[in-house]
Amino acid sequence: METRATATRWRTVDIVVASIIAVAFAAVFYAWNNLWNALESFALPWRAVIYGVWLIPAVLGPLVIRKPGAGLYTELVAAIVSALFGSAWGLTVVVSGLVQGIGGEFGFAATGYRNYRLGNALIAGALSGAGAAVFDLSVYYGDTFSAGQKWTYAALVVASGAIVAGAGSWALQRALSKTGVLDRFPSGRERVAV
Amino acid sequence: MTGACGGDGLSTVEFRGFGWRHAGRKAWAVRHLDLRIEHGERVLLAGASGAGKSTLLAALAGLLAEDSGEQEGEVLIDGRPARQARAETGIVFQDPQTQLVMSRAGDDVAFGLENRAVPRDEIWPRVDAALNAVGFPYDRDRNTAALSGGEAQRLAIAGVIALRPGLLLLDEPTANLDPDGAQLVRTAIAKVIQDLDATLLLVEHRVDEALPLVDRTITLGADADAVWTPGAALPSRRAVTAPGEALLSAESLWLPHNDKTVHEVVLQGQALAVEGPNGAGKTTLALLLGGLTKPARGRVTATPTLAGRDAARPPHRWRASRLAARIGSVFQNPEHQFVTDTVQAELALSGAEPATVDTLLERLRLHHLARANPFTLSGGEQRRLSVATALAAAPQVLILDEPTFGQDLRTWRELVTLLADLRDEGRALVLVTHDAQLVEAIADRRLKLTR
Amino acid sequence: MNSWLGRRDATAKLLAALLVTAAVVTTLEPAASLTVIGVLVLVMPFAGVPLGVLWRRGWPILLSAAGIFLFTVLLGARDSPVVAHLAGLEVRENAVGYALRLLAVGLPGFLMFASIDPTDLADSLVVHLRVSPRFAIGALAAFRLAPLLADEYRLIRLARRARGTRAGIGSSLFGLLVAAIRRGIRLATAMEARGFDRGGARTVARVTRFGWADALVVALGLALAATVILLKFAQT
Ligand SMILES: Nc1ncnc2c1ncn2[C@@H]1O[C@H](COP(=O)(O)OP(=O)(O)OP(=O)(O)O)[C@@H](O)[C@H]1O
Ligand SMILES: Nc1ncnc2c1ncn2[C@@H]1O[C@H](COP(=O)(O)OP(=O)(O)OP(=O)(O)O)[C@@H](O)[C@H]1O
Ligand SMILES: [Mg+2]
Ligand SMILES: [Mg+2]
Repeated sequence: METRATATRWRTVDIVVASIIAVAFAAVFYAWNNLWNALESFALPWRAVIYGVWLIPAVLGPLVIRKPGAGLYTELVAAIVSALFGSAWGLTVVVSGLVQGIGGEFGFAATGYRNYRLGNALIAGALSGAGAAVFDLSVYYGDTFSAGQKWTYAALVVASGAIVAGAGSWALQRALSKTGVLDRFPSGRERVAV
Repeated sequence: MTGACGGDGLSTVEFRGFGWRHAGRKAWAVRHLDLRIEHGERVLLAGASGAGKSTLLAALAGLLAEDSGEQEGEVLIDGRPARQARAETGIVFQDPQTQLVMSRAGDDVAFGLENRAVPRDEIWPRVDAALNAVGFPYDRDRNTAALSGGEAQRLAIAGVIALRPGLLLLDEPTANLDPDGAQLVRTAIAKVIQDLDATLLLVEHRVDEALPLVDRTITLGADADAVWTPGAALPSRRAVTAPGEALLSAESLWLPHNDKTVHEVVLQGQALAVEGPNGAGKTTLALLLGGLTKPARGRVTATPTLAGRDAARPPHRWRASRLAARIGSVFQNPEHQFVTDTVQAELALSGAEPATVDTLLERLRLHHLARANPFTLSGGEQRRLSVATALAAAPQVLILDEPTFGQDLRTWRELVTLLADLRDEGRALVLVTHDAQLVEAIADRRLKLTR
Repeated sequence: MNSWLGRRDATAKLLAALLVTAAVVTTLEPAASLTVIGVLVLVMPFAGVPLGVLWRRGWPILLSAAGIFLFTVLLGARDSPVVAHLAGLEVRENAVGYALRLLAVGLPGFLMFASIDPTDLADSLVVHLRVSPRFAIGALAAFRLAPLLADEYRLIRLARRARGTRAGIGSSLFGLLVAAIRRGIRLATAMEARGFDRGGARTVARVTRFGWADALVVALGLALAATVILLKFAQT
């Protein structure tokens, strides 16, 4: 029997792989930031349908690492690295990452970090989106949006979080697991010996 | 204290009934091993490819994680389990680029010292001494991502000797280096182990090259005849018939990173060897000839014999499926070439008959691994698989980048025979290589690139 | 990073940038945004960041400022006073305000990250903010792989072509993620081989000092943040 302490302590591979996922998605964020800004002039608040891509680390991290803190850490590092690459939102993007990561973290904390099923992923994605929506509406769009626009925006971000980040990460984790790279993680151990 | 001298570890190594089975495998990588290496001994570890040499080194370095396989027996260093003795061991892996951690060379060497809580004032003198000892040609601020293979290898060794390990483990430290570079690294190792009071365990297939460094040789596994012993008889398979038509030609082909121009014709039934030091542009040339990258200046053209109705277009503009059917490429790093999840699928991708695939697996000693993931294979197994994928497709032109590195004598012979047979059937071979014996055995013509 | 600001401690710069950003996001006042932008543009030459790098990292900020400007001019609320006419369009105060604010929010973080070496940031976080070295150094090691991933991507495309399969962007990107994770796993092993995470103390080889000059950076950030808040209340 593993004790609780060793089951929750992050190994070096956990840290490095979570960071690598974060760095890879930070590069995706960089592209996404520019796509988002390109949509600025005509698609507000509807462009929020693509928001989920920014929330993927918050869900994919826990699905792969399966340790407490994985959602928060992965999303936060992705945000910091995307700021290092150069982001139009400066340091606020780090706070966004924090809020989104906490949202994603809750999805798995709610079941005591024991379940990593599709349902958890959907909830984590939605919560991450909820965090994002609250932050964005208070910091960026507080005075630009009408009340209706605010609701539309929030609903779209949450939905995009659940579908793109939640279901998307879940599918991505399964695909990764099939390739054998996740063999060192609890998420990847269902293979037949050859 | 100065220099990289004065290891304080004793490091007597002992395996007691040791066995390891990697997770996901039915066969044991090593089993029933009883072995004792005394403090200060310098040992060469030889054995067939896949015999478990790298696994053994990982076990000694305490790197076989409990969740990544099953262990039998014990590995002891000075009577303690190897996992607890990690502070006294230093290991250099088969692939140096994957073991550099920091972005500046100096910081990378310092990394291990920081982890061992060496005081800051002591760190930098030790870093400089270690960099000196291996003859690292740049200063501490050098970017580690911009190093050539040989330079990265030396930096990796420096990072380990700075720790003054009591037990030094080196896994094929000169694979992929040109002969001069390999000699330099061997000289560096010889100098370091003289200064360092350490036990050395070195893995190397070419026994004769490593012999000056060691006091004794241990052969792992039952296939003793697979080991390259000095003076082993090697096959000689030069072409007996005159070459046929031209298939591919390079006209004023420019190698961008080296600013050189190449004129060359690839002929049916001829093996062309491309040689030259690290960084001479061999791989660059191979990719250009293989239709994988677009020439910036000059041209690569295929004759109608090879190209059929595509003759009007250069190979880099062919559709992928047609390119692969006509020109096969084997990359220098085998892992860069794998696109599927099993050995079998990797070979099936070429569209070869199952019978051909089976024969290849058998001859290259991969049959027991047909359902394994290519990325879990040993270094030599990966190399053979990547060559096999190109052989299975049996294209008219085969371009192979270092096809024989990391092979034991038996698989080396098998590769030479397979390649020579293809050539004798009238196919064209381009062999990019540092392996002088391969050139001796099979090359009909040589192209030497310089730096 | 051989400039006055470039040599300053990373934590100091982080704190200063945080203070300014936190102040700026509370207000839409153009005067406040202009002050921040002005001060940071004046500071820029002391950051020691080459012009090319500034441009390469900074263009998205300018682009998005231009985007929000255009958006507000075309579709924004009509109740704000017109300040200028541009190509037949009425430019209102809100358009100018949003664009300036976006620049003012983005610039502090941008300048801070551009003038910080990632290794120094990790060291400084470990030494001054007591961030766990396992996490800071782990993330740093992963960050080093970022530029190598571009090369890896090129090789993946080449491999697919060489093997006769079509190299779709989606499957190549997935291949890249797999390759990145695989590299990460090897890197973790290499780090442990050199004693990372062995438990016990760890030293830091590079000197990180929080001196008077670093305190001055924080003080300047604080002063700028205070000015922004003052300007905010001065207008209302
Ligand atoms: N991570 C792994 N997962 C599963 N099997 C593995 C793994 N690493 C190695 N093996 C298998 O264990 C056996 C021994 O591998 P090892 O790398 O120790 O061989 P080696 O003697 O170093 O060979 P080479 O000379 O080709 O490098 C091989 O059959 C290999 O396929
Ligand atoms: N994409 C690239 N960008 C910049 N430089 C490169 C690139 N690819 C290769 N080089 C440089 O070009 C030179 C030739 O590289 P190449 O890989 O062709 O050498 P090589 O002869 O195959 O060497 P080796 O024997 O080490 O494999 C090297 O100095 C290398 O660092
Ligand atoms: Mg090996
Ligand atoms: Mg090469």
